[in-house]
Amino acid sequence: MPLLLNDEQAMLRDTARGYLAENGPVAQLRHLRDQRDADGFSRELWKGFAEMGFTGILAPEAFGGLGLGHVEAGLVMEEIGRNLTPSPFLSTALLAVTALVRGGSEAHKAEHLPAIVAGDRLFALAVDEHAKHGPHKTALNAERSGNGFRLNGTKTFVVDGHVADRLIVAARTAGSPGETDGLTLFLVDPKTAGVATERTQMVDSHNAARLAFENVEVDADAVLGEVDGGWGLLEGVLNVGRTAVAAEMTGAGEEAFGRTLSYLKERKQFGKAVGEFQALQHRCAHLYTELEITRSAVLKALQTLDERFDAAAPIVAVAKARAGTTATLAVQEAVQMHGGVGMTDEFDIGFFLKRVRVAQELFGDDAFHADRLAKLGGY
Amino acid sequence: MTDLTAFRAETRAWLEANCPAEMREPTSGFEDACWGGRKWTFQSDAQRVWLERMADKGWTVPEWPREYGGGGLGREEAKVLRQEMGRINARLPLSSFGIWMLGPALLKYGTEAQKQEHLPKIARGEIRWCQGYSEPNAGSDLASLQTRADDAGDHWVVNGQKIWTSYADKADWIFCLVRTDFSAPKHLGISFVLFDMTLPGVSTKPITLISGKSPFCETFFTDVKVSKTQLIGELNRGWDVAKYLLGHEREMIGAMGEVGGGRPLGQVAAESVGLDDGVLADPLLRAQIARLEVDAIAFRLTLERAGDMAKAKQGNPAFASALKYYGSELNKRRHELAMSAGGSDALEWEGERSKDGAAARDWLRTKANSIEGGTSEVQLNIIAKRILDLPGA
Repeated sequence: MPLLLNDEQAMLRDTARGYLAENGPVAQLRHLRDQRDADGFSRELWKGFAEMGFTGILAPEAFGGLGLGHVEAGLVMEEIGRNLTPSPFLSTALLAVTALVRGGSEAHKAEHLPAIVAGDRLFALAVDEHAKHGPHKTALNAERSGNGFRLNGTKTFVVDGHVADRLIVAARTAGSPGETDGLTLFLVDPKTAGVATERTQMVDSHNAARLAFENVEVDADAVLGEVDGGWGLLEGVLNVGRTAVAAEMTGAGEEAFGRTLSYLKERKQFGKAVGEFQALQHRCAHLYTELEITRSAVLKALQTLDERFDAAAPIVAVAKARAGTTATLAVQEAVQMHGGVGMTDEFDIGFFLKRVRVAQELFGDDAFHADRLAKLGGY
Repeated sequence: MTDLTAFRAETRAWLEANCPAEMREPTSGFEDACWGGRKWTFQSDAQRVWLERMADKGWTVPEWPREYGGGGLGREEAKVLRQEMGRINARLPLSSFGIWMLGPALLKYGTEAQKQEHLPKIARGEIRWCQGYSEPNAGSDLASLQTRADDAGDHWVVNGQKIWTSYADKADWIFCLVRTDFSAPKHLGISFVLFDMTLPGVSTKPITLISGKSPFCETFFTDVKVSKTQLIGELNRGWDVAKYLLGHEREMIGAMGEVGGGRPLGQVAAESVGLDDGVLADPLLRAQIARLEVDAIAFRLTLERAGDMAKAKQGNPAFASALKYYGSELNKRRHELAMSAGGSDALEWEGERSKDGAAARDWLRTKANSIEGGTSEVQLNIIAKRILDLPGA
């Protein structure tokens, strides 16, 4: 398959680009932050996502979705990145749908997928327990209790955790932290007794939460996938998330770069546009090259998820690592090249710096993924 | 799709039957390749057989038309052929500036007679080409070149000097930029001509480089008679041909960033520093190797994407500069790390153990990658001007 968008995909990109620019611009994020909005995203926008079909982009047609692929999901993520739009798209439409489709029973799918597609139910994926990503380190304990399980432990950096109607929780049902065997995914209603949710105000003004589980009782049918054998399912879901966030960072990095280029062509010092200075031109040309190379890796990762889902791990690691370093370079150069105004809250470029920092960390930073590639390569 | 599947099966079977075992061994150094030409001595029977068999199929140049010695394959088929060759680690049957640089320019600018004359010999590795571009006073500012071609009726008389002419002493013919109009602006007085290196008045002198090797020469022309039938493109419009060819040269040099140069670095390092619980015992070296691998995979995909974009007519010709810039810098990084991974073993300059310092000599050779074919700085200028449209660039 060529590393290009086909005509339908190009059309979807244009649609998403127009829609997000109009309905979810950076100004919306600023407004939500300034209002200290309780949801942290626009419910109206989410309704729009449902009308556009974005909520059902990955969901099978049998459940009302569009049944499209990860390349298409990545196109929406890229536009989200360009506009820094806060939305439940990643957690609900991508992560939860993947977990349900790949690990859910027919009953799970019938219960949740149509509600997700309709925009009526939000999900959050609860994996990390420490400041650095490491799903194998999962310690949150799920012990058998009667017909079901009892959950004890904590989760952090749970995107959309405080607005979710359902949680997907990675828990340890056997073995010890550090082992990949013995993990199980559970569907948990956050209103269940013993679940405590604390919204964490993050540097990027996007949603996240810390969760505490104290003797939380769930039924046996809350299990997604296999008991003790949840690692493969979890890794699959995380790979979808990692690639989607890489696509988001591609959009954010390119947008920050595009704004910087415009600024360099307008801003005058020493009697000429600062973009005439070769010191800046070469840095821009270098950054352009880095962005293009990252774009190839991200597109390949998205295509691989569509074609050979279970073989995607190495290219996903490359995409997330590359996107992390490239977007980081893009936003740092953006602030530096904007000079003083780049440091002001009034100017939007700082929002890009903040969001990329968070996206870098989400589901493993560049170092995590370079390490992962080395392990896969046997060194 | 089924056609491609059938093609893959046929190709796999043919390669299995026809690629000699020796030609599936990793190359030990940069110059351990088959370059062909009148002066070529095959390093082994296997090398000769492999070239002949591939040339018979047209697969030294799989995408060129059949009438010029090519394989007539479509882009997707050619990709399959590359993948299948990669699967068995088959070496390139022929390394050639004729294939990588001159051929594409001839296909675009050559007359039918010129194509018939030159392309089949390139495809079969019968004629080895060198490139006469740089001069002592025309490096990054190539268009200021002074080698002159004076009109003498049915031929020109060429006088001047070229430098950094890769393998000029081993080449049979040269594609050369000469000044045919001294009054026109510098870009508009240059012509692109071909001539035989055995013509009277042509001489070469190898330049010893920091690697101890002499891949480059000084090349001198004294009253060389060049037939006007060997003008490629229009008179005084040689700069267009030169730029087109440079795009291919840049892709070629950039693509060196893709070549693994033998064994994966992680393996080389595992031998010198050892593994500790399955991971390299030197964590900082390991991190650098891992980051290089991330970048190398992404770069390889970018070469692929650039090809797909060109085919779909979505490409920007200046994108070759981005590939050249990144690929050559990547290759330098790779060889710096190869030296780190090899440690003091890689520093031995002579002797059997180090294969006469192969790793060190390759490492030193890569330093030219970001100079030849336009320096990294020139590539960045081109990107700033032609892609980013920055003012005054």
